[in-house]
Amino acid sequence: MQNKINMAYTKRFDGRKFDETREMKAEIGIIPNADGSAMFAFGDTVAIAAVYGPKIMHPQHAQDPKRGTLRVVYDMLSFSVPERKKPGPSRRSQEISKVTEWALSPVVNLDEFPNTVVDVQIMIFQANASTRCAGINAAALALAHAGVPMNDLVSSVSVGKIDETIVADVIKEEEDYEEGEGATDIATAFTSNSGKLTLLQLDGKISAKKLNEAVEKARDACKEIYELQKKTLKEAKE
Amino acid sequence: MMISNLTKKRVHDYLLEGKRENRGLLDYREIEIETGISKNAEGSARVKVGNTQVVAGIKLDVTEPYTDHEDEGTLITTLELLPLSSPRFEAGPPKIEAIEMARIVDREIRESKFIDFKKLCIKKGEKVWGIFLDIFSINDDGNLLDAAGIAAVAALRDAKMPKYDEKEDRVKYGELTSKNMPLNKETPIILTFHKIGNKIFIDPGQEEEEASEGRISFGFLNGDINACQKGNDAPLELKELSEILDIADKKAKEMSEKIEKIIEKALKAREDKK
Repeated sequence: MQNKINMAYTKRFDGRKFDETREMKAEIGIIPNADGSAMFAFGDTVAIAAVYGPKIMHPQHAQDPKRGTLRVVYDMLSFSVPERKKPGPSRRSQEISKVTEWALSPVVNLDEFPNTVVDVQIMIFQANASTRCAGINAAALALAHAGVPMNDLVSSVSVGKIDETIVADVIKEEEDYEEGEGATDIATAFTSNSGKLTLLQLDGKISAKKLNEAVEKARDACKEIYELQKKTLKEAKE
Repeated sequence: MMISNLTKKRVHDYLLEGKRENRGLLDYREIEIETGISKNAEGSARVKVGNTQVVAGIKLDVTEPYTDHEDEGTLITTLELLPLSSPRFEAGPPKIEAIEMARIVDREIRESKFIDFKKLCIKKGEKVWGIFLDIFSINDDGNLLDAAGIAAVAALRDAKMPKYDEKEDRVKYGELTSKNMPLNKETPIILTFHKIGNKIFIDPGQEEEEASEGRISFGFLNGDINACQKGNDAPLELKELSEILDIADKKAKEMSEKIEKIIEKALKAREDKK
């Protein structure tokens, strides 16, 4: 019993500081066929994204004569997870596609491209939690790389409340943490400069006060992600 | 989509002034709950929030557990926006709007630990009870998600375990035991907040929902948030989030006590009828 009392989450499984993200990698132009493309990784979680368009929207009835449409598809490769994922869309992937679209569309301006669509395809290559966040970061880079008009970038990170501790960039082992208050996984995304929240999802157990605190920590982490995104875009240009 | 821009503007301008039909921005419409609405379901409920109406049903089956939760029952939640409930909805497989709602309800029920899944294990690694929670819209006058959350809880509270013949490995449908499902005493609820300009409001009618500029939903149990989803592409300022969280904290407590009472009343009314 004595041991169990001191089970608070004081040290992370992979030795990171609480506010430290995993090693991040970003790369532009990884898919030559696409109008824009990018890879973004949080440690073992690797997402790739490709952007095609603006191009004429098909089916035609989905065309918006006022402005272009942003359309996002998120999915995982069948071998990206320990237990094989059946190929093809699932309810989970459809929901993530939609919230990713909502997370990105506030910064994308397609007013000058009526009746068109900008297709964003996100594929998770390798998964160790925070896949939707890696996907959003990759997609934001790919959109910028494609030269789609944008008024800001989007940066995304997951934060977690593991037992009572708030951590940035959650990994699978932390997601599965069951001691104490267990794990609460919070996915966030912000407009990179203006700092507006464009994605917020959570599951677990957290008080309103603590959630506020967690979102502020997420905002700080996103500033770092933004720096990497900017650097990646600048280097690609040279 | 369904209302004209003129109507939308009128509703929008009213809300900006804090005006609504017969209620304040943070007032809920009247909630009515009836349980036991379907004889063949193990549990069922009809929920009305103003003119919005949804029904939920529980069916139980004996199934194999998931390999990563060998000693736990399973839950599958579906939600269908029936064409009969609004000209907005079309026939066919569930679209993203329905999928999103189903997943938020599922997340709140699961993450709040409302169901004790361990108690639904029959034989570890082989046989567990599988719960099908199916929700249907009957009339859409806004705020279907919150209503679906209430219906889910009411139907689960209403449910009785069916008889299971272990030898024949068969569920004897129609022969219910007197055993309730293993549920937490507290009532989980889903509360969705909408904004227009600097005004925050809840429980929108259909026109108000159409005029809304952004929404964020929280699943609460006993003062804790178990699920959250920011919907739509309208971004949210951090100070707006703080404000909403403050209101949500108080409102959730009030609403869950209120809903708990109405469910209790419905269950009692059903007992008395028998």
